[in-house]
Amino acid sequence: MLEIKCPYCGKRSQNEFAYGGDATVKRPELNKEVPDEEWDTFVYYRKNPRGNHLELWHHISGCRQWFKAKRNTATHEIIDTFELSDDIGDAS
Amino acid sequence: MKKYSVFSLIKNALSHHQNWDVAWRDPEPKKEYEVIIIGGGGHGLATAYYLAKNFNIRNVAILEKGWIGGGNVGRNTTILRSNYMYNANNLFYEEGMKMWRNLSQELNYNVMYSPRNILNLAHSDAQMNAYSRRGNSMRLNGIDAQLLYREDIKKIIPFADFSSNCRFPIFGALRQPAGGTARHDAVAWGYARGADDLGVDIIQNCEVTGFDVNNGKIQGVQTSRGNIKTKKIGLCVAGSTSLLAEKLNMTLPIEAHVLQACVSEPIKPLLDQVVTFGAGHFYCSQSDKGEMVMGGDLDGYNSYAQRGNLPTIQHVLTEGVALFPNLSRLKILRTWGGIMDMSMDTSPIIDKTHIDGLYLNCGWCYGGFKATPVSGLTFAHTIAKDEVHELNAPFRLDRFHTGHLIDEKGIGTKTWIS
Ligand SMILES: Cc1cc2nc3c(=O)[nH]c(=O)nc-3n(C[C@H](O)[C@H](O)[C@H](O)COP(=O)(O)OP(=O)(O)OC[C@H]3O[C@@H](n4cnc5c(N)ncnc54)[C@H](O)[C@@H]3O)c2cc1C
Ligand SMILES: [Zn+2]
Repeated sequence: MLEIKCPYCGKRSQNEFAYGGDATVKRPELNKEVPDEEWDTFVYYRKNPRGNHLELWHHISGCRQWFKAKRNTATHEIIDTFELSDDIGDAS
Repeated sequence: MKKYSVFSLIKNALSHHQNWDVAWRDPEPKKEYEVIIIGGGGHGLATAYYLAKNFNIRNVAILEKGWIGGGNVGRNTTILRSNYMYNANNLFYEEGMKMWRNLSQELNYNVMYSPRNILNLAHSDAQMNAYSRRGNSMRLNGIDAQLLYREDIKKIIPFADFSSNCRFPIFGALRQPAGGTARHDAVAWGYARGADDLGVDIIQNCEVTGFDVNNGKIQGVQTSRGNIKTKKIGLCVAGSTSLLAEKLNMTLPIEAHVLQACVSEPIKPLLDQVVTFGAGHFYCSQSDKGEMVMGGDLDGYNSYAQRGNLPTIQHVLTEGVALFPNLSRLKILRTWGGIMDMSMDTSPIIDKTHIDGLYLNCGWCYGGFKATPVSGLTFAHTIAKDEVHELNAPFRLDRFHTGHLIDEKGIGTKTWIS
């Protein structure tokens, strides 16, 4: 069982959370011409690392806030969690 | 290769089974091969077998970082079916189902293909409509499919919950009679023995750590057992695909996720079908040893650990007990996990790449076992002829650019909810 620290509620069981995927994908800016490749990359392509991964989680059965977690995909260790507004770069 | 037969069995029984030939050699890697297959799972082994058998390309090595059968090919719940909605999937997987019928004879190895029916249960009128549509789509592609109703199902699985206060009553089911199971390790071992017999070198404990590429052309691989030259590489590493692609500066429309399964303690024959619960995600069959083999959802977060967590097992078994209340009295014998190469439209990718001599076989999600023969057949064709086979032509990588997705599940890019 994963124990996930919601930045707002503290440590809770995995059962209360929903996963939201890679938090490093960036939506293309809309105030410019966006080439198809950039859209494809945004929608479909993922770095999919073995090791630290910055990802979105939703405390769906709790405070219902979205937040970011830095988690190791090889060991499942959750290294830290952050509010969405925290700019912490990428996971490595 | 000495053929297995009733006579060889009697002969070897007389010498107390001490004189069987090894099923495949354990060769040292050569300096160079015409084709190198990375990954000794079902798909890699089948690909090498058909390269040798159908295209007479025998100077082939399979490089496996662990042992044959240690990956997903030995971890799956062995369900075989071709009950899809879209033509591309129907035609591809149905060719695979045809191959399963003769595979034991083809390989002279009993893969224990058991066409025992797959029943996809429906629990609402809407689901019955969806299944009748899917069944029609199958029949238009020449695949037998039948729509069954509640009374029919009662006769087939009387121990399911048919009570009046059942939360998800069974309305009916879509049945594919040819659907069933096969013994997964026998598939790996049978293809390994067959490929070895045709001259393929199976090299275990040999991890590929890098690639030699020059001017956009494959020149060889770096491995834990030295560098090996080749002009053609077939990548068949399932859950590890993104890791090897990264070494080639390629990013793919794939995420790695852990899928678990479990078996109960063995019991007397109870279930002679493959059954899926339609009000959630639970599938079940009974093995020849008597264990109930059960699986369901992904754990639901990116993972390269070949193990998962208990909440998913609990969730899956809750659904199991909702369907078959008598399961509640069974103990779970073991659980395990494997790493799925989840593609962004839940369909596989079998294709050439922008690198000359690099061929890609991945994106199997959790349905790749049933595809083992046809994946090997079409991937061998793609590698040998440097062009896709008509059956894998829809499964090209550029569909994520052109928009010709095969999104059978219609779940968008949230691969973990499929
Ligand atoms: C729990 C579970 C249940 C499933 N149930 C079903 C089912 O009912 N029906 C179905 O059709 N499918 C099912 N699947 C999916 C199916 O098992 C896979 O899609 C399929 O086995 C993948 O192809 P493979 O056999 O070639 O993979 P694998 O057996 O995983 O082969 C890949 C191989 O590549 C090797 N490798 C990785 N990296 C390297 C490297 N750097 N160098 C050398 N070798 C490397 C690995 O060690 C591994 O042996 C299930 C999977 C799981 C885990
Ligand atoms: Zn919270």
